[in-house]
Amino acid sequence: MNKAPNITAATLVKDIRLEWRSKDAINAMLFFSLLVVVIFSFAFDPRAEESRQIVGGLVWVAFLFAAVVALNQTWARELRNQVLDAYRVSPAPANSIFLAKALGNFLFVVILEGLMTPLFVVFYNLRALGPVWQMVPVAALGTWALVVNGTFFSAMSLRTRSREIMLPLLLFPISIPALLAMVRATSAVLTGEESTSFWIALLVAYDVVFTIVSLFLFETVLQAE
Amino acid sequence: MAVSNLVKQFGRFAALRGVSAEFAPGRLYAILGDNGAGKTTLLRTVAGLARPTRGTVTLLGSNEIRAVCHRIGYMAHPSLLYDEMTGMENLRYFASLYGVADDRRCADAIRAVKLDPGLERPVGQYSQGMRQRMSLARALLNDPEILLLDEPFSNVDIHSAQEMVGLLAAMRKSGKTIFVVTHQATLLENVADEFVWMDAGQIVKRTQQLAVST
Repeated sequence: MNKAPNITAATLVKDIRLEWRSKDAINAMLFFSLLVVVIFSFAFDPRAEESRQIVGGLVWVAFLFAAVVALNQTWARELRNQVLDAYRVSPAPANSIFLAKALGNFLFVVILEGLMTPLFVVFYNLRALGPVWQMVPVAALGTWALVVNGTFFSAMSLRTRSREIMLPLLLFPISIPALLAMVRATSAVLTGEESTSFWIALLVAYDVVFTIVSLFLFETVLQAE
Repeated sequence: MAVSNLVKQFGRFAALRGVSAEFAPGRLYAILGDNGAGKTTLLRTVAGLARPTRGTVTLLGSNEIRAVCHRIGYMAHPSLLYDEMTGMENLRYFASLYGVADDRRCADAIRAVKLDPGLERPVGQYSQGMRQRMSLARALLNDPEILLLDEPFSNVDIHSAQEMVGLLAAMRKSGKTIFVVTHQATLLENVADEFVWMDAGQIVKRTQQLAVST
């Protein structure tokens, strides 16, 4: 019997339950994103035509920084009472916990995006000139790109002394291609000046490569001392 | 279980220095020694949590611990439990890691350590003694043949500790092989089959009785 999907589901449910009770990650992410929305709305005129050009970058940088807060929490939870050791001594496959963590983070960041997007639209007076529906695959693929790498590097930096600093140092450089694709695709949808298909294809390729690599290497990361 | 020429180094510090020993099944071993003697490192290496620098561990006929880990139970000094979840929620989750989707098994494990499976309080609000017992229940979930317990009686009141000793004696009787790392050796005086003394990363003696060595 293949237990892996059951273990992934059980771990995901457990993580959602823990987050629901503590609200550590979601509160911190919301607070951070709200701050970005408000501060930048004072920094430049949101009604200007240029806002359409720059908001794509602003939105994704805000979500990236906010996601780092959740990603830092994801494994920190497993360190309290050394719970991760209970997983390591069990026969459960490493990939199952990784997938569950990545899916959990994806869910939390998507919830954040769902709550914050209307605020971005209102504060920056956004009206898309391109096909808005294309933002769905861009957001889904882009968010997965951030969380799959973030979950992996967060686990890698788990045993380092300053893991909160280590995670962005590892995550940000490797996320540049995905971020570029997300920003350009969002700007394309907002301005309606170019097609998003190339950027979506790039995100698909990025997601496939990094998901496979992370799943392949995670056993080594989990069993590292 | 057998360990052969087991060496574990952390940088320049050798926590285990060529430990070799064989342990018969169905017995209870108390592993004793001062702080830093290598007791916990030995247990963690046998559990597969620490990779030996040199040497081998043979468990249940296999040199590959991952292949037999479903037959081992491990209890560490920290609880290995989520503070925000109830005991039953914790055990349900950890049971799923062993492919056990049986609430009755979880409830039985909790009852075996004299706790109430219906307790709605999160584990973080348990007393230290209750947490230790719940931790033991977690280690028993997969009905292990080998049980590795690291300081199960620390911070536990004498009454709870004696109850745990009684439980260990019953498990030993049922054929389980039990290794207990402890500083409270007297608790196991009438229960342990053998006392294994460690010092400076080595097993220095093995005795049938505690008094002989103290």
